[in-house]
Amino acid sequence: MAVDYAALKKGGFMRQKQKNHFSLRLAVVGGNLTVKNLRKIADVAEKYGDGHVHLTSRQSVEIPFIKLDQVDEVKEELAKGECKPGVCGPRVRTITACQGSQICPSGNIDSYDIAKKLDERYFARELPHKFKFGVTGCQNNCLKAEENDVGIKGAAKVSWNASACIMCGVCAKACRTDAITIADGKIELTEDKCNYCGRCAKACPTDAWETQTGYLVSFGGLFGNRIYKGEELLPVITSEETLFRVTDAAIQFFDDNAKPSERFRYTIERVGIDKFKETIKEAYNG
Amino acid sequence: MAELDFNIDERVDITDVVCPMTFVKAKVAMEELEIGQVLAVTMNDGEPVQNVPRSFKEEGQQILKLIDNENGTYDLIVKKVEE
Repeated sequence: MAVDYAALKKGGFMRQKQKNHFSLRLAVVGGNLTVKNLRKIADVAEKYGDGHVHLTSRQSVEIPFIKLDQVDEVKEELAKGECKPGVCGPRVRTITACQGSQICPSGNIDSYDIAKKLDERYFARELPHKFKFGVTGCQNNCLKAEENDVGIKGAAKVSWNASACIMCGVCAKACRTDAITIADGKIELTEDKCNYCGRCAKACPTDAWETQTGYLVSFGGLFGNRIYKGEELLPVITSEETLFRVTDAAIQFFDDNAKPSERFRYTIERVGIDKFKETIKEAYNG
Repeated sequence: MAELDFNIDERVDITDVVCPMTFVKAKVAMEELEIGQVLAVTMNDGEPVQNVPRSFKEEGQQILKLIDNENGTYDLIVKKVEE
């Protein structure tokens, strides 16, 4: 019987150079694995692979040298450690994320929580071509949001609370975009200079900068054969509901308009960025 | 809005070190102080003045003022409120 490589690829088994050997990609969300997962991965790599694992560029784990006739057995074994096979091919790929505000002092959003929600919503969804989401907690951009088809960056929308302020001057220096000026006992925020990094609020000793959690979303990033930085086409989004309305609209636009094997960037270019902007603005406005 | 009054008890100059030693040097100086005492930390413009105040905040200390010395350095005035 002929081997159905497409089905294997869909199930996370990537054909290796070595005949009848596969590198098994696992489903990982936001780069987090439990100790139970890791123990099972180690056991499987030892028993069914060649004793090593590969960490992919997008926070997944691959176990190379799985033999074709042991594919089903390996899947069963991994399930005992709560590990699922990942995906390859034309569908929504691993959702990547930084550690976010649960762990990182710089985080503006709980990146892992957003990644889990994206994973539940879209992971492995069939599409004309691969589709990548990445979530980063702040402007430091450890997770490289703009290299993804849809990138989400945590933001802090700030406003000054005069009554809590001691006029120490720390915020104006913490700001890297010169958006804050202090004059005549007053603090002024130039909104169009603000990049929503939240550094003023995090540095403020009296929490006189009130913050609202936000999301900056970029579209059409590529970082493979051709490189293109995803573009922010919307103002900062300040509710999770709006965020998912926008991501729903973007992925649907791709599903409806893309040709087979066409990445999101090129769909947007071919169909027209204005038409795409219209679609996501509608979603943004609700 | 109220500016806070303070008397400086100790001073430390961290303009001769670079990140991450800037905060380490400032923190070591702070360790010598008693609770309630005030430290003035002289630091360079740029990364130190962007990051050191926040590091003190994260350590639980109380920042009172950042003074521009108008010579490329700043004095951060910090009150020790935690060991």
